[in-house]
Amino acid sequence: MPVQLAIALTHLLSRKRQTLVSLTGIVLGVAFFLAVSSLMRGSEGDFIKRLIDNSPHITVSDEYRQAQRQPASERWPTGAVELRRVKPLTEVRGIRGHPRALAYIESLPGLRAAPVLVGSVVLTFAGRIEGVTLNGIVPDKMKQVSTIEDKMIEGSLEQLAANPNGIVIGAGLARKFGLAMGSVVNAASPGGEVRTLKVVGIFRTGNANYDDMQTFALLKRAQGLLDRPNRINRIVIQLSDPYAAREVASIIERGIGYKAVSWLEASEDLMSVLLVRNLIMYSVVSAILVVAAFGIYNTVSTIVMEKIHDIAILKSMGFHARDIRLIFLTEGVILGLIGSLIGLALGLGLMALLARVELKPPGATELVFLPIYWGYEQYLLAAGFAMASAIGAAWLPARKAGRVQPVAILRGMG
Amino acid sequence: MNPTGREGLSPMLMAERLGRVLPGEVPVTLVQDISLTIDRGEFVAIMGPSGSGKSSLLYLLGLLDTPTAGRILLDGRDTSGYGEDELATTRLRQLGFVFQFHFLLAEFSALDNVLLPMRRLGVLDEGSAQRRAGALLAQLGLDGQAHKRPHQLSGGQRQRVAIARALANDPPIILADEPTGNLDSHAAANVRQILRDLTRELGKTVIAVTHDLTFASAADRQIGIVDGRIDPHWRA
Repeated sequence: MPVQLAIALTHLLSRKRQTLVSLTGIVLGVAFFLAVSSLMRGSEGDFIKRLIDNSPHITVSDEYRQAQRQPASERWPTGAVELRRVKPLTEVRGIRGHPRALAYIESLPGLRAAPVLVGSVVLTFAGRIEGVTLNGIVPDKMKQVSTIEDKMIEGSLEQLAANPNGIVIGAGLARKFGLAMGSVVNAASPGGEVRTLKVVGIFRTGNANYDDMQTFALLKRAQGLLDRPNRINRIVIQLSDPYAAREVASIIERGIGYKAVSWLEASEDLMSVLLVRNLIMYSVVSAILVVAAFGIYNTVSTIVMEKIHDIAILKSMGFHARDIRLIFLTEGVILGLIGSLIGLALGLGLMALLARVELKPPGATELVFLPIYWGYEQYLLAAGFAMASAIGAAWLPARKAGRVQPVAILRGMG
Repeated sequence: MNPTGREGLSPMLMAERLGRVLPGEVPVTLVQDISLTIDRGEFVAIMGPSGSGKSSLLYLLGLLDTPTAGRILLDGRDTSGYGEDELATTRLRQLGFVFQFHFLLAEFSALDNVLLPMRRLGVLDEGSAQRRAGALLAQLGLDGQAHKRPHQLSGGQRQRVAIARALANDPPIILADEPTGNLDSHAAANVRQILRDLTRELGKTVIAVTHDLTFASAADRQIGIVDGRIDPHWRA
């Protein structure tokens, strides 16, 4: 064992209580760092997963990012004549030439796309009236871009193909209306069209708003009900790599002209909130470790003060200033290392306990376990930060010890 | 003709016009204009009244302090250009210190205290270092005391452990600052004899600061220091 390490160990072991207090600070700091980090990152991961799973990665809508220019402005961009009170042609809403747009999108690699016509309808049943969103879909295509099929608790999307007058509703709406499989409801569009639809499927996503408000019908039936024949107003896209959504959306928008919004763009405000939340979380848990580092600073400083005579003797013996620095830095490293290891073990225990906690978040319909992130990098981060704090805390007293002039001490001791 | 003027002896340590002034609003002169030559195998006692600069001279000769004037030649090599690391290495290899208060590391056994300089130098493997440390302690009459902590030893025993530690790396020069100042007469006689034997049997150069006339009389030469200067006429 190197002599510097032997001296460092002896110093720490001869001050058991003080060493234990410093160690406890690091242990608790690392454990809380890990527990809070795993919980925050777990909830963030869970949130993003839900976002990615439950919403399209890219949504192409029948809108343009920028208003279309008038043909006259296009033709004579530097013209001196100004035409006033030009009334733009009223367009029928929807994606024009959608089969071509869909074919273009489907030609891109790593994605699946489905056409949708989204509109509002009013459902009536047994005297109750409720406004809901009707999604006109092609079941085979929708199954490829949405997890809704996995959330079916009764029936399936497939049954829409078998029953053109079918409707798939959420569990919340079914409960509210007292509907069951096979029940018949009336659906009325804002244009006055009315259809009688039969419940052929019930889903539950766990999101109360979604389960109350969203319904699915066959695309053709929705087009008829909403009086938009051969029209769609959405193309929903699912990607193999959800994080490529921004780039792919930009390609699609350039290719077909319609606005393509990635899930990242649509959730930018939420992502900013997550970023701020992470910053706050890491600041708070890092502060715990910084406070723990003061404990190490205190311990090593005290040892330096108490051992000032030994330092002078070691230097008179021929120990270099760097040897003395190394002794006290080693003390910081030992405290940081042991504290990190025990802290990691305690943190893992806390994480396991947290993972068993069940709760019902607002807006959810089911109990869920606290989401915990188990990724290895947070262990490295916690231990790394603890080690850096410990070394930083030991550095100042170590530097002071290295600068001790033995003669000044020996004169005082004589 | 030997440059020291003493036939048959070769200089181990030379001080040339050595001076040490502590800076401050009122500078304090510790040592001034000291020139001396100490030969290989010589036992020199430095004497003088309290505050005369004896210990300051010893710290300068032991490269623990840096002179503000003059230079020190160790085995013919000028040490004035040495950096802090080189000074430390020279102390580790060529100098051994014994202080009035033993200054052993309290948490270490007698054996481990003696092993410290050897472990730092790293020339001997652990087994050889342990054997050498044990042999040194045995030579100094500390058989069976090797694993005791300093507080379990008597004052004389502690001082002998300190001498063993000073000898650990087999340095040619031993510097002692009042080595018997804290011992009873029996223990002091024992330490005096050990230091005497170091010069006669092992050829070590021993430079000791002392107030003890009996101790000084055992030395080959006495140097008197008064007010930071060598006083050739000084008598205790």
